[in-house]
Amino acid sequence: MSDKIVDIEAAIAVIDDGATIMIGGFGVPGTPFCLLDELARQGPKGLTLIKNDANENGMGVDHLLLGNQVEKLIVSHIGLNSNAIKLMNEGRLKVELCPQGILAERIRNAAAGLFGFLTDIGIDTTLAQDKPRFEIDGQMLLLEKPLRADFALIHAAHADPLGNLVYAAAAQNFNPLMAMAAKHFIVETEILTEPGGLSPTAIHTPAPFVDRLVHLPQLTEDYGVIRR
Amino acid sequence: MVSSDAKQRMIRRVAREIETGMTVNLGIGLPTRVIDYVDHELSVCLHSENGIAGVGPSVAYDQADRNLIDAGGSYVSTQPGTAFFDSAVSFALVRGGRLDLTILGAFEVAMNGDLANWMIPGLFTPGIGGAMELAQKARRVVIMMTHCDKQGRSKIVRECRLPITASACVDRIYTDLAVIDTDAQGLILREIAQGISLDDVLAATEAPLKVADNELPTF
Repeated sequence: MSDKIVDIEAAIAVIDDGATIMIGGFGVPGTPFCLLDELARQGPKGLTLIKNDANENGMGVDHLLLGNQVEKLIVSHIGLNSNAIKLMNEGRLKVELCPQGILAERIRNAAAGLFGFLTDIGIDTTLAQDKPRFEIDGQMLLLEKPLRADFALIHAAHADPLGNLVYAAAAQNFNPLMAMAAKHFIVETEILTEPGGLSPTAIHTPAPFVDRLVHLPQLTEDYGVIRR
Repeated sequence: MVSSDAKQRMIRRVAREIETGMTVNLGIGLPTRVIDYVDHELSVCLHSENGIAGVGPSVAYDQADRNLIDAGGSYVSTQPGTAFFDSAVSFALVRGGRLDLTILGAFEVAMNGDLANWMIPGLFTPGIGGAMELAQKARRVVIMMTHCDKQGRSKIVRECRLPITASACVDRIYTDLAVIDTDAQGLILREIAQGISLDDVLAATEAPLKVADNELPTF
């Protein structure tokens, strides 16, 4: 049997002040709300979070923002979280905005052991101001650097005891990329199968990337359908 | 204020952009509503940034799958042939030139096709999402927006005052008043909304407009 399976308290206890953490999910699907709630409970501070979005008020990342645990967000948008926008406008939260696919590719770049890539995305915008430029075959391009992290926290639908993972529907999003890009990868899973319980052709993230696996006894209401 | 009638007409007109066989990305907000007016007989693949090709119709809350939203957070469905994938694949599809069309909202569009739709400094910074990549890399970029902002100022401008999303990327603008193309010579008025005069459009538009030679159709 795998020794990756731990309880949620132990899984999060390795995260210290000042850590850089990738957090999976795009909106609700794929966001590890239970791991985030435990991170809020244990309370490490000065965190840099890399995530697609800042969740919505009252859920997920918002608890960390309100607990003054976050120094910086690296995200593609924060439009659904008014606390994040307010903290940013008041100068109490650093926010680095990154085009969504470039954010994904910077994470994948780190995951693949690479050291940056060139792109024309954003070249005529204010985002280009501080980025090194290179001319390749007559075209001006921006250098995008990889995003690495100390930890990644991800929600999976299914896991086997080795740590092979399957994500549901649109819950894949950033998760398989972040799974590969952090030094220490912590997963929460809804369903823990028997060994060999997942089809080898269906696995999204293979076990060697997984360090710690938390089996959720039940989901909180954050995971449910949001009625707006 | 733009009447809901005028909005409906605009949405219905934009829906005619979508042709069979296209792969299309609809921006958050008004553009998402275009899908309700697209002919169901057409074979169209809707892409969503969060990793879906073949987005199905939106669904009511009691039938929603908690793991199946589009990039705007609406609960959607699958249809025969839907595929799910990660965000790197999703944007390889965008940057690799596989999108035939994107329909986006805007704060401002300039006469050279510059688009501003990601931030209003000090007021509203929702962020970028996929907008820069969609605007730069979709084969055709059309904008749907109200012609004027809430203060009555033209959103079709000589030069963008707001930080741009991408330069010279817009092919066509749909508003509640008009359909306007961008080309090397500037903006060309193609169609006018029902009940709106040419003078109304010209008065509401900051940037110079050339009027197409033929009699302008209405929508």
